Amino acid sequence: MTGPASRRTWLKAGLTSALGLAVGACAKVTQSPTVNNVLDGAETLNRRLHGLLVGRTALAREYDHRDISPDFRANGTTNPDSDEYQALVTSGFKDWKLQVGGLVERPFSLSLDELRAAPARSQITRHDCVEGWSSIAQWRGARLGPLLERAGLKPQARYIAFFCADTLELTLDGTGDYYETIAIADAFHPQTILAYEMNGQPLPVAHGAPIRLRLERQLGYKMAKYVMRIEAIDNYAALGRGKGGYWEDRGYQWYAGI
Amino acid sequence: MPADKPLKGGRTLIYRHPLLVRLTHWVNLASMVVLLLSGLQILEAHPGLYWGQSARFAHPFASITARMADNGESRGALYVAGTTFDTTGFLGVSKGPDGAQGERAFPTWLTLPPYRDLGEGRRWHFFFAWLFVLNGALYLISGLVSRRLPREMLPTRAQLAHIGASILDHIRLRFPHGEEARQYNVLQKLVYLPVVFILLPLMILTGLTMSPAIDARFHLLSILLGGRQSARTLHFLSASALVLFALVHVVMVFAAGPINEMRSMITGWFVIKPEEKRP
Repeated sequence: MTGPASRRTWLKAGLTSALGLAVGACAKVTQSPTVNNVLDGAETLNRRLHGLLVGRTALAREYDHRDISPDFRANGTTNPDSDEYQALVTSGFKDWKLQVGGLVERPFSLSLDELRAAPARSQITRHDCVEGWSSIAQWRGARLGPLLERAGLKPQARYIAFFCADTLELTLDGTGDYYETIAIADAFHPQTILAYEMNGQPLPVAHGAPIRLRLERQLGYKMAKYVMRIEAIDNYAALGRGKGGYWEDRGYQWYAGI
Repeated sequence: MPADKPLKGGRTLIYRHPLLVRLTHWVNLASMVVLLLSGLQILEAHPGLYWGQSARFAHPFASITARMADNGESRGALYVAGTTFDTTGFLGVSKGPDGAQGERAFPTWLTLPPYRDLGEGRRWHFFFAWLFVLNGALYLISGLVSRRLPREMLPTRAQLAHIGASILDHIRLRFPHGEEARQYNVLQKLVYLPVVFILLPLMILTGLTMSPAIDARFHLLSILLGGRQSARTLHFLSASALVLFALVHVVMVFAAGPINEMRSMITGWFVIKPEEKRP
């Protein structure tokens, strides 16, 4: 009763289940915490090598007006649905205030007009998404360095944390709220700005109105949108799920220079 | 180097591949398999390829999509430079581990991890990229210092003069015997050279070009390669060329004698047969 047709069926079933077993074994290996810790070693290596090779001051390439993308993609949240945020949008961010605090000598808050009066920089840069695509836009915003100098960082401050108005995943404990942390050295990079303008217009809601972080030498997920509060911190273990950012808590690398 | 050992029937056992070559060959294979599968996991996140610095989303060079057909079924499609192919079952739409058709650019058995997880794919990719680079550096440096690489890889004048005959022999799957079999034949050399010195370095350079941090320090890379999106497309195309090379390589191993070839790449020892009498 084993004609060629049934042999073919058996062969196919055998191959499919072998493939299924291999895929299953693969999934077991990739979900092991030990394996992931070993693989994480490469992230440290990348960060250190980039530190040596790229240095603190190298500038991201800046482009010409004609390079600006007509189809700049908006990723993640494109319109935070909380009542507080929607009220800010309705009033044109008249009552919005950026809080600057944490491990600083002189915490302060700024309105959008006050932020616009702060030392600014304009740059046409390429936005590289972790997914692989890139878009180019002109950004204008307040340089983060001078704002932090004004607040006066305490010596134990090591990171700057950004807390945002958008909740990307609904959770009971609030760990679905978007936040990001960056190194102090990157915060003082001349191209690191809190952008309030995109392509000469006020920053659109889809791209993070009223302000988004531009951290030009890293991937898009580091550049928090809808920033409400900035804090200097000494470690990020107590924030979210402890990995230093919304996406980092969900498996992305904290160092996003690659 | 260990001396030849004569065998029965005029055959000779020769020491073909030194330990370092064998070791780096297998480490390279393992890292390339992981890099390919994790690379497809990364491409899964945005299965579109473009030319230039930035992506013109409406005008990809190539893309994989899934769309609803009139009868409500999901159809997978591959678009390349103006032509669309229905690839349902493989690209765009394929069966998952649960047996149900799902919308995914690549089937689960072609990605690492098999389920969709960009962060994990990147973690595997960057770890094995280091292994691949260090292993490749070990192979190149040891081969250059021992002068083995130029000796083995550069075609001799005599080989180039008889390239026509070599091609004919290959088409008839007749492989060199006797003294000729002690070295790579001219076609092997002409394929290995661009693989080792063009495709593999291109993988590294196009990979580095995609890093925004590296790009900040070395603008020249993305200028030379025609932009970050071009670098990404070239990264994929040269990976595809490497897969093609590997397929032909394995077919040739089987055609030339899989036991002898595998033994030589595992133990180093390779059997050469006596020269054939040509009519």
